[in-house]
Amino acid sequence: MIDPLIEVTDSLRTHKVRTALAVLTVAWGIFMLVLLLGAGRGIQNGVELQFRDDAVNSIRIYQGKTTIAHNGLPRGRSISYSNEDYRQIQAKVAHVDKLTARYYVGDNLISYGGQQAAFDIRGVHPDHLYLEKTVMTSGRYISELDLLERRKVCVIGAQVVTRLFEEGDAGDPVGKYIELGGTVCQVVGVFTDVGSRREEETVYLPVTTAQLLFGGSDRLHQLMYTVGEASYQESKDSEQQVRKLMAGLHNFSLQDERAARIYNNLDEYKKITDLFYWVRVFVAVVGVGTVLTGILAVSNIMMISVSERRREIGIRKAIGATPGSITRLIVLESVILTSVAGYIGLLASLGLLELLKATVPENEYMYQPDVNTFVVVSVTVLVIVSGTLAGYLPARRAAVIDPVEALQPS
Amino acid sequence: MIDLAGISKSYLMGQHRVDALSDVSLNIGQGEFVAIQGSSGSGKSTLLNILGILDTTDSGTYTLDGHAIENLSTGEAARYRNRFIGFVFQSFNLIHHKSALENVALPLYYQKVARKKRNRIAMEFLERVGLGERADHKPSELSGGQSQRVAIARALITEPALLLADEPTGALDTQTSEQIMQIFREVNDQGMTVVLVTHEPDIAAQAHRSIVLRDGDIVSDRLNSPL
Repeated sequence: MIDPLIEVTDSLRTHKVRTALAVLTVAWGIFMLVLLLGAGRGIQNGVELQFRDDAVNSIRIYQGKTTIAHNGLPRGRSISYSNEDYRQIQAKVAHVDKLTARYYVGDNLISYGGQQAAFDIRGVHPDHLYLEKTVMTSGRYISELDLLERRKVCVIGAQVVTRLFEEGDAGDPVGKYIELGGTVCQVVGVFTDVGSRREEETVYLPVTTAQLLFGGSDRLHQLMYTVGEASYQESKDSEQQVRKLMAGLHNFSLQDERAARIYNNLDEYKKITDLFYWVRVFVAVVGVGTVLTGILAVSNIMMISVSERRREIGIRKAIGATPGSITRLIVLESVILTSVAGYIGLLASLGLLELLKATVPENEYMYQPDVNTFVVVSVTVLVIVSGTLAGYLPARRAAVIDPVEALQPS
Repeated sequence: MIDLAGISKSYLMGQHRVDALSDVSLNIGQGEFVAIQGSSGSGKSTLLNILGILDTTDSGTYTLDGHAIENLSTGEAARYRNRFIGFVFQSFNLIHHKSALENVALPLYYQKVARKKRNRIAMEFLERVGLGERADHKPSELSGGQSQRVAIARALITEPALLLADEPTGALDTQTSEQIMQIFREVNDQGMTVVLVTHEPDIAAQAHRSIVLRDGDIVSDRLNSPL
């Protein structure tokens, strides 16, 4: 294997300009392909940042007003939810994975020690942790037992900690007692949220405690759940089921979409992923087109090379080169040329992508442009296959060169 | 060793078909030194190309060392050329980007001889033609006589049974021509069959047998001196 490689590198070294041109063409093609794929991923990452606040596979059910008269009931009727809605969804709707309700207490003064500030208070179920993508930094989240025993415990956001607990105060707020709405609650956990700073200005209570403390009896303001690993179609089915369930429970028309406003996050996400599917197709077509141009250029250069080396090939044949060995020589030359060029292009594009990753700050237009291992492996295979294809036609032409004609004195 | 029977070969030149060889039959024994003479277009180069399995025949049979040649595939023909036949051309036909040593070693590359070994053997053959010190030189750095000696070393490196030379001294001065012929005589003395095409009578006279072609026919076949 070493011998043919030496033969090929020997030939490539001899024709430096031709080699450099071919390398440049292929390297540029691969550079553009990988860069485009990386940029496509970067744009997708940027847009996906908009979804990071909440679970992508979630369905949210908001209260509304009827817009269609139904079963003798007038339009304009307010629909409000209760604990029964929560139980019904839990029992009857398919694909429910994590389920929570929200009881909005609203802004309330919260105090600790001498500090006092207004924060948003919400009553939630334990699964709210997953729906909101809350990240616990210390302590724990709301538990089922908290709900069951209507415990006066709360989980507070990082901004609440900053505002209420002075620097240098005895460390972790977990275990401390804060006063909210005239009631003392024990802090059991602190969280951060990747979504927004506003989210971290929230205090979560067990939903039952919030209902008890803030006069909500069994009222709920919003219900939300995730559909786990369900497909898009299954999530749509689940959405339909929940609409039907709500229409039955609250006696409104199934066509009345304003009575219970149901949002399936997957709808938006699917729109974006569909868009990015086509962006990827476009990028791949443009990129592969660029690579194809490179292959054609290499093939053309190899064709010229074969014409230039007609005499050399004639000599080789006269002294014993078989058509197969000539074919292998030219194809190998093409493969090595494209492989080396491809790797130069690949390394250059990966280098540039790394540079962009390190320097471009987090934003919703272009973030962390990157290519995965699959792309790198695919590009490698593409380069080798391209090299073989680019070399094959010129190689066949070389293989059938008649040594008698090739050796005629010029 | 060489047995040609009823060989014909024609070429299409524009609209006309030209007979290069017409029903040529020829026997050349092992160890003979044969000169083929003739004017331009007499068919001598075509005959040499057929002998060297570089060209095919339209009709007739060719047997080399007991092997029927006309039915060989191109791959088999290449392997035969590599193992049994050495070529020397008027214009040397060295590969310009390879050194003298690499040019000489090339036939062994196609026998898959390891690089180190074939370079060692190539060096021995270069020394045999008196060019050991020029091993690293490219063909452009060699004189005509030196280039032809490199070409001869390349033709001899596989120790072929048959050495074919097409006007090997055509591009050389008299003194250099004599050096080249000296090498041919030496290898012939060692038992190698040598067939050379020439239009120079004094070169042909150094062979043991002279064959004269005219318009694709053998018009004369005589011994110059007893074998």
